[in-house]
Amino acid sequence: MATGSQPPEAHPLAPASYRVRARRRETRDTVTLELRAPGGAAAPSWRPGQFNMLGLPGVGEVPISISGGSQDGRLLQHTIRAVGPVTSALAGLRPGGRVGLRGPFGSAWPLEQAAGRDLLVLAGGLGLVPLRPVLRAVAARRRLYGRVSLLYGARAPQDILFRGELAAWRRAGVAVEVAVDRAQPSWRGRVGVVTDLLAGVAPEPGRTDAWICGPEIMMRFSVRELQRLGLDRGGMRLHLSLERNMKCAIGQCGHCQLGPFFICKDGPVFPYDRIAPWLAVEEL
Amino acid sequence: MKKDLETMLAGHPFCKDFKREQLRQLAGCAANARYETGRFLLRQGGGATRFFLIRRGLVRVELFMPGRGPVLIQTLGPGEALGWSWLVEPYRWAFSARAAEPTLALAFDGACLRRKLDRDSELGYRILKRFIAVLAARLDATRLQLMDIYGDRVPAA
Repeated sequence: MATGSQPPEAHPLAPASYRVRARRRETRDTVTLELRAPGGAAAPSWRPGQFNMLGLPGVGEVPISISGGSQDGRLLQHTIRAVGPVTSALAGLRPGGRVGLRGPFGSAWPLEQAAGRDLLVLAGGLGLVPLRPVLRAVAARRRLYGRVSLLYGARAPQDILFRGELAAWRRAGVAVEVAVDRAQPSWRGRVGVVTDLLAGVAPEPGRTDAWICGPEIMMRFSVRELQRLGLDRGGMRLHLSLERNMKCAIGQCGHCQLGPFFICKDGPVFPYDRIAPWLAVEEL
Repeated sequence: MKKDLETMLAGHPFCKDFKREQLRQLAGCAANARYETGRFLLRQGGGATRFFLIRRGLVRVELFMPGRGPVLIQTLGPGEALGWSWLVEPYRWAFSARAAEPTLALAFDGACLRRKLDRDSELGYRILKRFIAVLAARLDATRLQLMDIYGDRVPAA
């Protein structure tokens, strides 16, 4: 997504030192960090769906999806949920702090292929993060696509990410539906699982690209529901974004291997047909 | 009027691929219903005399817990079915359901439909298959909610 001159190509295992320019709290345990490349240069160009390895000396390094960037390519956004020691330390960074960054890595959502077709996006929890650049891009060039729907499942109303942007995407012509697993009686929205929302969309398999990101169990149930709606019969094009234990991010260490694939290099975004046999194997 | 109901039924996902005669049979037990915000479609403990196919709006399914009041269990929207207790003895609602916004639904007389299903086994089998699909989906959803899948480890962070 970024444009502009690129810095000299760095070794993929050598992190560059980025500075935290801004930090925005999204939810109780999730923040978005805006990072500036060293020396104010343009960050390496990236595509929606890719990830960077973010690290802190003496703490560790983790894969984090790119959640956005500035038009001039100088800033990168990463939305981080504090769930472990590394993500907690990263989420605790303040403006001015430094973070080691390697990337971008991995495959991207096939935005160009979706032009002219309906786009059905299913996101669960933090799975909305790697889809946020997709929705921004689609909202900005809305006329290129047919019906565009975002079905988003979250744990509870207070865990809903990017609330302001959900409203902006709605205004741009994206049908945004949100369901939460649990809610207080004061909640006026949907309660249930993300697949419940499909009843209101009625996707047409022959002209729909469906992209899913979320916990693997959520993706499995979503695929099953799409199959029930005619995915297999109608030629719906389906992509998933997977996660495994990415370490080197260049397909060398084998930590993120799934069957014949390395998620870091061959994925994280896969055509469903390509990855389906391996998703059904336990313990992989 | 019945023709209108048949057309509405034919367009509802619950009745997808039903034969014309089957739609006619269903329409004979159906009526259009409209519920303003806050109005109950059914009440916990009451006689389960009906079920609903939601056409527009949003319905909150609630369980009343002593000391806690109504607990919001799930919501149902257009294209979904509400209520299966009319099929299961002793025909009492286990939950309450009320409109969260102005809601249009097709309301079915449970006793009328049970009589028809008893007489027409093909229609009965078809309706039961649809309700089993609804129940299976609700069971899957409940399991996913119990697993708290968004509460622990999540993708790429």
